[in-house]
Amino acid sequence: MRRVQVAGTAAAAALVAGTAAALAVGAPAAVIAVAVVLVAALAAFWFVRNRVRAWTYTEREDDLIVARGVLVRRLSVVPYGRMQFVDVTAGPVERAFRLATVKLHTAAAASDARIPGLERDEAARLRNRLAALGEAKAAGL
Amino acid sequence: MTDPGEWHRLHPLSPLVRSGRAAVGVLAIVGISASGHFGHDGSHLLDWALAAAVVIGAVVNWLVTRWKLDGATLRIETGLLRRDSRQLPVARIQAVDVVRPFLARALGLAELRVRLAGSSHADGRLAYLPEQAALDLRARLLAAHHGLDPATPEPGERILASVPNGRLLGSVLASGASLLIALLVAEVVVVVVSPAVLAATGSTFLVFLITLVPMVWRRLATEYGFTLAQSPDGIRIRRGLLGTVAETIPLRRVQAVRMVEPVLWRPLGWCRLEIDVAGSPGRDHADGSGRMRKTLLPVGHRDLAWELMRLVIGADPPPLSRPPRRARRKAPLSYHFLAAGHDAATAMGVTGRLRKVTTWVPLEKVQSVRMVTGPAQRLLSLATVHVDAAGRRVRAEFRDRPGEEAGQLVEDLAALCRSARRQRSQLVDSAKPPGQLR
Repeated sequence: MRRVQVAGTAAAAALVAGTAAALAVGAPAAVIAVAVVLVAALAAFWFVRNRVRAWTYTEREDDLIVARGVLVRRLSVVPYGRMQFVDVTAGPVERAFRLATVKLHTAAAASDARIPGLERDEAARLRNRLAALGEAKAAGL
Repeated sequence: MTDPGEWHRLHPLSPLVRSGRAAVGVLAIVGISASGHFGHDGSHLLDWALAAAVVIGAVVNWLVTRWKLDGATLRIETGLLRRDSRQLPVARIQAVDVVRPFLARALGLAELRVRLAGSSHADGRLAYLPEQAALDLRARLLAAHHGLDPATPEPGERILASVPNGRLLGSVLASGASLLIALLVAEVVVVVVSPAVLAATGSTFLVFLITLVPMVWRRLATEYGFTLAQSPDGIRIRRGLLGTVAETIPLRRVQAVRMVEPVLWRPLGWCRLEIDVAGSPGRDHADGSGRMRKTLLPVGHRDLAWELMRLVIGADPPPLSRPPRRARRKAPLSYHFLAAGHDAATAMGVTGRLRKVTTWVPLEKVQSVRMVTGPAQRLLSLATVHVDAAGRRVRAEFRDRPGEEAGQLVEDLAALCRSARRQRSQLVDSAKPPGQLR
């Protein structure tokens, strides 16, 4: 769950760039621009932090629970037996931070069990566990 | 019918029917250029070569296609360059459909579609056989599937419902009429507000009107002469005006049943029944037989609909309860019909105001349980619980339940689904016919 870091880095970079620009030009417009960027970065930081904090998962005996969302809270209970396959993906940003996203697919398109920003080892562990449990508890359609 | 244990070709007219549309198109092109209005007046070698290529392709395809029923497997071989040899184990057959497109029907031919569990790409298609041969082969396949002597005649079926065509027409017109009224109201509003805009919106209005016609036509053409029957291998649907379809839906593949009551139908007590079937949607055939959402009853009385729903789900409807009155502040319009409930075997949710939709899901088919709380719902301490079944947007909604009840509901439903699933798998294990899937 290190999206915070990603957002934080972006915000810091924006801040440095903005300040540099302000110093270079020295005009009041630039100061306002810096302030706007600063506020936006803080807001983004706060938003992402809450989003990441709200994203939790629980492995229970028979099902996986994934909860997410700040404004709209969503909670999914997915039985292991209903799992069709598990996806582990890592985009370029995630790879840079050694993270991965685990996604559980069921036959229902609406089942919403995605866990982003897992440490790579944890993602591998979760995938193996889910695959094993899915095998053991598989149920037909 | 001759002995099906030998290799057979499809009917010699099959290439004509299969390339029916392509042939008509090519002929039209040839005709246009032959009439000399387009292109030069030289020879029409290219046109004829094109027509010949289509015909030769179809004939070669017919020549290299053969099938045989070899005891417990139906074997279909086709393809000249890329040989495709398909073995369909009779024991794994889910359903056998007989489809007659218009041209085939005119020539007394029929297509046999053998559906297996899983994706529809694995289906076996025999297009086309003489009508009687197709029916005979279906009887043989079904008999072999149930482990009977192949010569056993097809078991009888019980007609559950048939839709009078007048009523179908009326219902389709009523749906069309409601759209029309909405459009007219919009148009009148526009005229009152500013007559000058009429010219601009009038054409859009016309376009809407024109698109309405094929919609009405398609509903009529695919659902004309609708008959629903119960047979030992599932529910059998016969329908179609120009081309007819006879499809069989095994009951164990049904994921959810939906009863839809549009506003203009309600005074008449009419409703429409849809079912969702498991499987991946393959090629979408023009006749709608590839679709995973099927119409069980295009229009019928509510009492009949409830009877059919009970039959398909195999249980009585669970008791429903209403959301608390404070939900009216979040959903002032749709509150009117909102209700939901569950028992140990099934869950049911009612939503919609103009188009009332009742969805019924057996818990053993549930894929996941979700709880969603929007900002307005949180202020009122409400939450919506979704019970998802396989497919796209197949779910029963417990909308706007009190917060604490919703949390408990998720737990209860998850546990009930688990036990329903276990019970079911024990049942299947103890009484599983050999080789049959699920």
